[in-house]
Amino acid sequence: MILGIDVGGTHTDAVLLDSFQLIAKTKVLTHSANIVASLQEATRILFDGKGIHHIERIVLSTTISTNAIVQNKTNRVAMVLLSGPGLAPSMLNPGEDAFFARGYVNHRGIPVENISASEISGIGNQIADKAIRQIGIVGKFSSRNPQQEIDTAGLLRSDSRNISMGHTLSGQLNFRRRIATTYLNAAISDIFRKFAADVKAFTDSIDAQIPVYILKADGGTMLLSEALACPVQTIHSGPAAGIMGVLAAANIREDAVALDIGGTTTDISVFAEGVPLLEPSGVTIDGRKTLIRGLYSKSIGIGGDSVVKVQDGQLIIGPEREGPAAALGGHLPTPTDAMVVLGIVSFGDKSMAQDALAPLAAKLGVDTKKVARAIIDQTTAAIADHVRMMLSEINNKPVYTIHELLEGRMIEPKMIYVCGGPAALAPYISEKLGWPCTIPDHSEVSNALGVALARTTAEITLLADTEKGELIISEEGRVQKISDDFTIEDAVAVGRETLRKKAAQLGADPRDMIIEVTEAQEFNMIRDFCTTGKNIRVKIQIKPGLISAGAER
Amino acid sequence: MSKPLKKTGLIFFPAFDWAISPDHPEREERLLYTQDQVFEEGLLDFDNIVEYKPGIATHAQINRAHICVPDTRHLTTNSHLISAGGAITAAHKVLSGEVDNAFALVRPPGHHAMLVAHGARGFCNINIEAVMVEYIRHTFGVKRIAIIDTDCHHGDGTQDIYWNDPDVLCVSMHQDGRTLYPGTGFVEDFGGPNALGATINIPLPPRTSDEGFLFAVENVILPILDEFKPEIIINSAGQDNHYSDPITNMNFSAQGYALLNEKLAPHIAVLEGGYSIERALPYVNTGIILAMAGLDYSFIREPDYNADRLRQSAEITRLIKDEAKNIMALWKTRKSLKRQITGQASYIRRGKNIYYDTDGIVEKQTETVRVCDDCGGLVMIDSAADTGKKIFAVILPNGCCPACRKDGEMYFDRVSTSQYHHTYFQDRQRDVFVVK
Repeated sequence: MILGIDVGGTHTDAVLLDSFQLIAKTKVLTHSANIVASLQEATRILFDGKGIHHIERIVLSTTISTNAIVQNKTNRVAMVLLSGPGLAPSMLNPGEDAFFARGYVNHRGIPVENISASEISGIGNQIADKAIRQIGIVGKFSSRNPQQEIDTAGLLRSDSRNISMGHTLSGQLNFRRRIATTYLNAAISDIFRKFAADVKAFTDSIDAQIPVYILKADGGTMLLSEALACPVQTIHSGPAAGIMGVLAAANIREDAVALDIGGTTTDISVFAEGVPLLEPSGVTIDGRKTLIRGLYSKSIGIGGDSVVKVQDGQLIIGPEREGPAAALGGHLPTPTDAMVVLGIVSFGDKSMAQDALAPLAAKLGVDTKKVARAIIDQTTAAIADHVRMMLSEINNKPVYTIHELLEGRMIEPKMIYVCGGPAALAPYISEKLGWPCTIPDHSEVSNALGVALARTTAEITLLADTEKGELIISEEGRVQKISDDFTIEDAVAVGRETLRKKAAQLGADPRDMIIEVTEAQEFNMIRDFCTTGKNIRVKIQIKPGLISAGAER
Repeated sequence: MSKPLKKTGLIFFPAFDWAISPDHPEREERLLYTQDQVFEEGLLDFDNIVEYKPGIATHAQINRAHICVPDTRHLTTNSHLISAGGAITAAHKVLSGEVDNAFALVRPPGHHAMLVAHGARGFCNINIEAVMVEYIRHTFGVKRIAIIDTDCHHGDGTQDIYWNDPDVLCVSMHQDGRTLYPGTGFVEDFGGPNALGATINIPLPPRTSDEGFLFAVENVILPILDEFKPEIIINSAGQDNHYSDPITNMNFSAQGYALLNEKLAPHIAVLEGGYSIERALPYVNTGIILAMAGLDYSFIREPDYNADRLRQSAEITRLIKDEAKNIMALWKTRKSLKRQITGQASYIRRGKNIYYDTDGIVEKQTETVRVCDDCGGLVMIDSAADTGKKIFAVILPNGCCPACRKDGEMYFDRVSTSQYHHTYFQDRQRDVFVVK
């Protein structure tokens, strides 16, 4: 059996699966001050005194990392930057305790300037004077050669310090994002450790000696013990749980769009042949752009509880929310009230909904039914417009080869999946977009379902430069010699093997290691009209999806 | 260092799957390290820098700028259509007001492609700036446009296309033609009889450094732009003036390029040449993008930059100062020069021999221009290449006057088609293109 728990901001959802079938589900309020209490309460209800020892794995998603960042409950972090020339230091946003040091490598990972041991130890002394325990180290192009970061860490390491290095968190280029990512990783280190200890206390309390996984921003899982080194990967797991939830509840196989319509916002996500799309560079959190691989989603300020008003003879919907719908005891009209008035949903107090819409109707000089229809129409039209815009953005994403520009694959949704309280709006949205719609089952606990069934994901980035005779795998901090006849096929083979090992370490089941080469490029390097080598770039991933049997539900 | 931010469009298309030939400078690898640098510096994360996918130019758009022999289809591949399409996208984003300025970082380049094109020369098949300029005029009705060619090689193709056009100012600043391909672009080359002063050449001595380039910008280009008053300024932005470029001999730096773009403030920059793909392009392009966006570029520096080693000699400084003086003196005579040159002639003829180095073609051309005070003048070209192709073309300028139109239509009617493989009629004013 699998126990999946999604600790959301308001509710904690939990599901219990046996042979990938849902056998129990529950929803309790989240005690944000005591997450373990929420976990215990949910499991107590779920098991109802029955045997806990049949559980094979526990999978959690938590807002703990996100909340720590958004609420500024973070550690003080000293950032040591080997930035070299480029953007002005003031444009790098490295935080208050930043130290710029000598040393950098270029685009090929060739050291241009060496680090200075004496300078680094001087910085170490200053960090000690400030009593900062968390250190982030980031070098320009460190994902092309991590050695300087590793050497700097070696000079600064001590028992009382915790060091985060940029190259371990992502193999992608983008120095500013690497700085933000590394900073956040260090900043939430303590709070995440505390959470992990709490979870351990929880599993001890239910006497379960089973692997515990945690959901990442990319909708994949990893062992909680492995996440201690890279807690930043667990940010944004709330939206990821939502997207994996739709995938699990609806068993999506085609190009599709999923909408999670909440009270305040509607989250839009997109699937290509059933695989959720990833953010092109990384997720943005609290205004910080990172390199964290995350599922692509867009949140718009329209939901079931958006305030509806009339301004200059026009209906305005959202983005504010002032409590629940009038039909449920709120005091302002909302799209939910319009649904109640028209009988699209049958909960709440219809007369209160009508009373709330009446002033709007009066201002527009129509009856309440008509205004209700206009509200539904405008709400669903706005959502449909955003969906179209998002698809157009995706389909117009810049590409860099003639082949992709002329033959590039377009996302053409065949179905729209709608979850959330106001999911009854689905047919209206469907009509506007011209695609059929589905409202998946168990949508009230689909997040927990997605969490329970998400597979372990991983990604690695390889750069082979045969002129230099070096292969670099950034995320692994690996630099190795290669011969000058090393080929792109060799790179892919090494990549597959490395990814398999990494995924196993993160807790992946070999059956779920569905490996995909996302990028494989090879360039002849020519200097003075002679071929001097090859520059080979390969990216390999285990893409987000459901664990094997789960996919055949 | 606080400058106004500008919204900058970036059309980045490195064509990672296209090369003239595997070991040609114009190959897949060319913009690879530029992409690395742009990505690593995170330039696309700035709110005021927006990346766009290039469009694909149409044959009709190319036919507004060129007489392609035998036709555009034979002279272009998808790579050329995308490269020109990228320039058009840049122009569209600027002219429609979506962005303040835009940089088309595309390849292959185009500034050596002339009005009549029998093949590829100087790595160029079609002139992507000219195709863009004609798009701008056709779509947005812009009249006065300035193209500042900052490539190290004389922008002879662009000069040829606009030689007779008084509304398109072509300034080319380049390494002295006596020392570098294509061997042209001297101060005396000053435009056709109806467009004197609309072509300006600034040949610079080998080993000119930042100081010399910026002197020419401040003392020649900016004063001329002030008087010409273009609505749109285009930087035909070659990057081969860099001190590390393998096929030229100049000493310009990434800082110099950024400063040049800040001073010039082009609405649109279009990449041309530049083949120091590791030591120059990543830094030059990053500098140009930051400068166009109004962001701080003062920390951009090549790893091997050494100001002392690059400093130009006093002799070079003196040469450039003298030349600037000569050009400005010539510029001041541009209006009175016309009668001196044309006398009583109603038509002026010039002969040209054109060598297509990339494709190994030799072309002999006669260009006849009607002397006209009301428009750029009717142009007729008789061209024969050693491919055996012989053609005749009648070109009516933008804003063509009735007299030039009448003559042009008459000549096109009368031309004996048996003498030529093709005869072309290009009416830029009415956007008509006829081949017989």
